[in-house]
Amino acid sequence: MRARAEPSELPLVITEKVKGAQRLMAICPDAKRAGLAAGMTLADARARIPDLWVEEMDARADAALLDRIAEDCDRFSPAVMIDAPDGLMLDITGCDHLFNGEAELRRIFSQRMRRAGLHIRTVIADAADAARALARYGRTAIVAPGEDATAVRSLPIAALGLEESDRLAISRAGLKTIGSLADRPSLPFAARFGEQMTLRLRRIQGQAEPPLNPRRAIPTLWVERRFPEPIGRVEDVEAVLLELGQEACLSLGERREGGRVFEASLFRADGAIRRLVIETGRPMRDARTLLRLFRERLDALADPIDPGFGFDLIRLAVPHADPLDALQPGLDGHAVECDAIADLADRLSTRFGADRVIRFLPENTHDPDRAARAVSASFNPMTSDVWPSPEAEEPPLRPIQMFDPPQRIHITMAEVPDGPPRKFNWRRKEYLVALAEGPERIAPEWWLKPDALTRDYYRVEDSEGRRFWLFRAGFYSQKGPPPGWFMHGIFA
Amino acid sequence: MSKGDLEALRREVSRLERGSSPVVSERFSTGSAQLDAALRGGLSRGALHEVFAAQTADEPSASGFAVMLAVRASAKRPVVWVRQDFAGIEAGEIYAPGLAELGLSPDRLIVVRASDGPSVLRAGEEAARCPPLGAVLIEPWGAPKALDLVASRRLALAAARSNVPLFMVRAGAQPEPSAALTRWRVRAALSTALEADAPGHPAFNVELLRDRAGAAGRNWIVEWDRDSGIFKDRIGKKRSATDPPSLSGGMVSVPAGGSSDEGSRRAV
Repeated sequence: MRARAEPSELPLVITEKVKGAQRLMAICPDAKRAGLAAGMTLADARARIPDLWVEEMDARADAALLDRIAEDCDRFSPAVMIDAPDGLMLDITGCDHLFNGEAELRRIFSQRMRRAGLHIRTVIADAADAARALARYGRTAIVAPGEDATAVRSLPIAALGLEESDRLAISRAGLKTIGSLADRPSLPFAARFGEQMTLRLRRIQGQAEPPLNPRRAIPTLWVERRFPEPIGRVEDVEAVLLELGQEACLSLGERREGGRVFEASLFRADGAIRRLVIETGRPMRDARTLLRLFRERLDALADPIDPGFGFDLIRLAVPHADPLDALQPGLDGHAVECDAIADLADRLSTRFGADRVIRFLPENTHDPDRAARAVSASFNPMTSDVWPSPEAEEPPLRPIQMFDPPQRIHITMAEVPDGPPRKFNWRRKEYLVALAEGPERIAPEWWLKPDALTRDYYRVEDSEGRRFWLFRAGFYSQKGPPPGWFMHGIFA
Repeated sequence: MSKGDLEALRREVSRLERGSSPVVSERFSTGSAQLDAALRGGLSRGALHEVFAAQTADEPSASGFAVMLAVRASAKRPVVWVRQDFAGIEAGEIYAPGLAELGLSPDRLIVVRASDGPSVLRAGEEAARCPPLGAVLIEPWGAPKALDLVASRRLALAAARSNVPLFMVRAGAQPEPSAALTRWRVRAALSTALEADAPGHPAFNVELLRDRAGAAGRNWIVEWDRDSGIFKDRIGKKRSATDPPSLSGGMVSVPAGGSSDEGSRRAV
């Protein structure tokens, strides 16, 4: 499988240096007809055909191309697995009816790949390994259900994908095909070649399921619409999303679930795919709300969706869902209000990012820097946490706004070195302290910050009524520089 | 046209502005007898209120005053505070324990950090459309281009429809025409000293710059009483700004009116 570039009429060969010699790794059909074969040295090939178009193997570009093709194959099935270096496996269970059967699916698929300039071989079989082996070594196109074991009988041993030495050993024993292996008891083979070999044999015959590892997690639920004529208007896309949302929400309702993550994939006719992902704070199955969230996401896109020649497939997947019982509004309307606020948090998070819509949770610590923890408001619904309740009659002891990190101030006058300042400079302005209270000594959490200094905090009010939270880091001592003073926060 | 006709027209226009459903805009009391009297019972709920800081250094006081109004208005319901990032850099990040000490429990606060002016307006409008909220605070920085008369009308309309009060803290900005129902200018005021010359409860010198529905141009000194969740008038007892700090407790009367002395410090 390799894209054939057009600029040259010469037979194309791809070479790689193997043990000091340039060898052909892949060849184009013209080269094959001319008698070349993969594995030959380049010198041999040149001796036969002097005019060759030679390209170095570029494994990374191959992988990237394969990945792009895999991305495009998403339109045929959500479960696409990469079979490196040059294969793809699609789990088309439940997908073929969308294309009027397997044969038609295979035809459309092959046509699409050929149009992209790819040489491909496609096989549909029950078991992934059977299809894989048949595509590489066989001639069958579609294996009838339950016929995997028969279809692979004539394949060579190499189809098992064993180590070269093992393959050689089996061939030397006179066993040339999968069929001849399958007819014999498996125990001696397992003893000689290991469990792996018999496992592969069972898998290729469709008797054991290999672990499949799709590129993208298979969603719990997905619905899609295909369009014979690609659509491009935003209104149409939104209408389709709403319809798909209604379908998905209906299915979610039947399962008594609500989606936490929704993913809309817009497949452009030319192969580009745009994905929009939405996460919600609570399980949700309301198509209108969903559409609103998608609108927020569309509006917030830095580069607007470019429909190009239009989208020919739109899929809505629910990769993650949580239980959600039938909706019943609370009698007092409180639940409805909570929902409205959670919806608002979801909308704002979808638009501005979950890290920008936050709530605060109390932390059990005396360190003022860590007393509040910011968390996503969408994923942490409103609860009544235990915030320390202020003591009656006391003025606020903590500022409403804090500087992180604290800003250095310069003391220009103090009555006693240990006491609060009388005058200080902050941001090039002098403040005259009228009232002060302190110190409130706050020792650092030495288990977290071993080098931090003890802080003496003062609440001060300047001559114009501005209230600040200042601290001195460390103590005065005989030797060493005097401790620094900092502005940590401002009171209302 | 007589004065009565004009009033009737104004009422008609304001009814139309509030949309087709005539929402009766209730008021919430500030707790301060003087303020409430000037506002004829309190501030309107479904409206936009602007809060300016007298000087850059008074911005925390302006935010604090808006937070306190939100506490008054929200009556334990959730509050959304939309803030432009730059405000956090300039005046400090919101500190939840400090809000708790003003009576706004962080449990019922959602903060939206917006990167620019248009985002602040967008998020603020979205929040103002959510009727279960108790109040929405929005804090753009400076005078973003997006915040024109149309934008402020949109905000005011959203607030009127949902009956959620919208407080816009205008840090680093000068008053300009807007759709706000009231406009305030806040300046930190000397607190009533506690024992041993400790700073007391938050106190502000608030000036009602504009009130669409009434007289404006007066100022008051109010103190925030966190325990009862109300503003209190400070009557009589007052320290002078010009007094040396050690002589606190001087009695100076507060002159009423006089909103024109923009730059100079008010003699209190």
